[in-house]
Amino acid sequence: MIDLVMLFLLVVCALVAIHIKDLLGSAVLLSAYSLIMAVVWTRLNAVDVAFTEASVGAGITTVLLIAAISRTARGEELMPRARHVLPGFVIIVVTAAVLIWGTLDMPDFADPNAPANLHVAPRYIEHSAEETGVINMVTAVLASYRGYDTLGETTVIFTAGLGVILLLRGRKR
Amino acid sequence: MFSTAAVLVLIAVLIVLYRAVKGPRIYDRVLAVNVMGTKTVVLLALIGFIYNRPHFLDIALVYALINFIATIAILKYKETGSLQ
Repeated sequence: MIDLVMLFLLVVCALVAIHIKDLLGSAVLLSAYSLIMAVVWTRLNAVDVAFTEASVGAGITTVLLIAAISRTARGEELMPRARHVLPGFVIIVVTAAVLIWGTLDMPDFADPNAPANLHVAPRYIEHSAEETGVINMVTAVLASYRGYDTLGETTVIFTAGLGVILLLRGRKR
Repeated sequence: MFSTAAVLVLIAVLIVLYRAVKGPRIYDRVLAVNVMGTKTVVLLALIGFIYNRPHFLDIALVYALINFIATIAILKYKETGSLQ
């Protein structure tokens, strides 16, 4: 029940953020979207993801979007209405149908016998403390088993941050 | 009891969402999103108690701390036209 209401709120926020022409309003609504999404993550027991969603999604992303708006324009240019809507509509509907059809074979949510829970997860659960010396399982996976992966992610985020700083600082328009 | 409270808070969020969607001024939207953030804090605390994870209360506190960043940025942009 709570989940359904929150997913409804998410869809409404996303659709309205696309629909309204005031970009500042869009940024504000996206921040609301992130707040609700963070509650959904918490509801799914993914507390760390919820933290990231709230601080990055509702906090930093909104500030960055406003910084971008303050350097460009606040309004959206009116585009002429597209004439050939039907082919695009058909493609979208067919793709969506194929994707939904593909999810029908997936295991249930939190199914203990799902392939994802039978592959390496038991080893992490049983041996991560003795193999890595880290007590927290999530930290052990992120910082030890997938250490190079995390290093790469950190590099990507660092590069992105550098790019944003170089774009936003100095040089008024 | 907690579930009832959560449903009531969600109804409040729905009402506020109407204002955020309808606008028309940016201040309406900012205020609506700010109220939504506050409701999110309450909702998180309630969810923690509903699912027997009372330490979610800490998350709710962190949300309360970062809730106002976007509001400050938007209002500063509205006042000065930039973020500097």
